[in-house]
Amino acid sequence: MGFLDYFRSEKKTSASVAKERLQVIVARERSHRGGPDYLPALQEDILAVIRGYIDIEDDAVRVQVEREGNCEVLELNVILPDTD
Amino acid sequence: MARIIVVTSGKGGVGKTTTSAAFGAGLARAGHRTVVVDFDVGLRNLDLIMGCERRVVYDFVNVINGEANLNQALIRDKRTEGLSILPASQTRDKDALTFEGVQTVLEGLAKDHDYIVCDSPAGIERGAHLAMYFADEALIVTNPEVSSVRDSDRVLGLLASKTRRAEQDDEPIREHLVITRYAPERVGKGEMLSVEDVCEILSIDLLGVIPESTAVLNASNSGVPVILEEKTDAGQAYDDVVARFLGEAREHRFIDEKKGLFGRLFKG
Repeated sequence: MGFLDYFRSEKKTSASVAKERLQVIVARERSHRGGPDYLPALQEDILAVIRGYIDIEDDAVRVQVEREGNCEVLELNVILPDTD
Repeated sequence: MARIIVVTSGKGGVGKTTTSAAFGAGLARAGHRTVVVDFDVGLRNLDLIMGCERRVVYDFVNVINGEANLNQALIRDKRTEGLSILPASQTRDKDALTFEGVQTVLEGLAKDHDYIVCDSPAGIERGAHLAMYFADEALIVTNPEVSSVRDSDRVLGLLASKTRRAEQDDEPIREHLVITRYAPERVGKGEMLSVEDVCEILSIDLLGVIPESTAVLNASNSGVPVILEEKTDAGQAYDDVVARFLGEAREHRFIDEKKGLFGRLFKG
C-alpha cells in the first residue's frame, strides 16, 4: 500500500458493489435452478398471501426443491421482519 | 474421436466469435485438424471475422437440408493448414437448425477432424441450445461486468442440465472460463471486477484472460483471427489459452497493471 492510500476515502469501490450484487443474485438464481418451472410463480403467490397478514420484504420468501434420495422436498423459508 | 467444444456466453457482444476464430486457428496451428462451426443462423459473422466471407457458397442449413454435402460447404482456411469453417445460413427461418440435422452434421465432421469448435449465438434460444447440446467441453466467454457474469452463470446452469451429457448422465461437460476485455488498470482503481472476483462467483476453472486491446478490432477489420497477430497482447493471450487447453502449464499474463516509474513510486 502506498502512502497516497491514506488520502483515499473509505468509500466502497463500484467493483466491490458489483461483486456483492452478483453474489446475491447468482445465489438466488441457482436456488431455483433444476427445480420445476412453477417455483417463481409459487413464490410470488406465497409472498402475496403472507403480505395479507404481515409486511415482509420482497426477498423474504425462499422456495426451493431439495432432492433427498427418492423423495423431493419442497422447502419454504420465510424471513419475518424484526419486531420493534 | 473428435472433441466438440462450444464457445458460449449467454450475453451478446462479449467476444464469442473472436474467441472461436482465435481458438480454432490456434488448435489448427498446433497441428490438430479443426473446424469452426457458426451456429448463429440469420446473423452469420464468423466468416467475416475469419476473412473468408467471399468464399461462402453453401452453408450449415444447406447441408442439413441435403442441398449440399459437407465437402462443398466447408471452407478451407488459406492461412492456417488444417483449419476449416462451416458458415451459418442467413435464412430468417428460426427452425432451420434441427436437432437431428445438427447431430448428423457433427457426426460427419467428427470423421475427419480432431476438434469441432461450435460458435454459439447469444441468448438461450434454439441456436444456443443446439450449439451446446452435443459438447464435450465449453469455453465460457465472460466480460468482467455484472450482466455478462450473471448470464454466464445462467449458461453454466444450462450446460449442467440441458445437454446430451447431462441427459445421459455421462461425465459432465468440462467448463473453462475465458475472461475477455480485461483492463487491469481499471481493476486497480476498483472500477472493474477482478479475475479473482469473476472466478469466485462462477467457480469454474480459469483458462485465460484476454486484455482489452486495440488488436482485436484491428484483426477483425482485416479478417484475421487475432491469435495470428503474434506480436499483440490479445494474440499472445489467446496463444496461452490454446496452449493451456492442450495441457501446457503457462503463467497468466496481462492481468497486472503496467506500472510506470511514477506509479511504482506512489503505489508500491
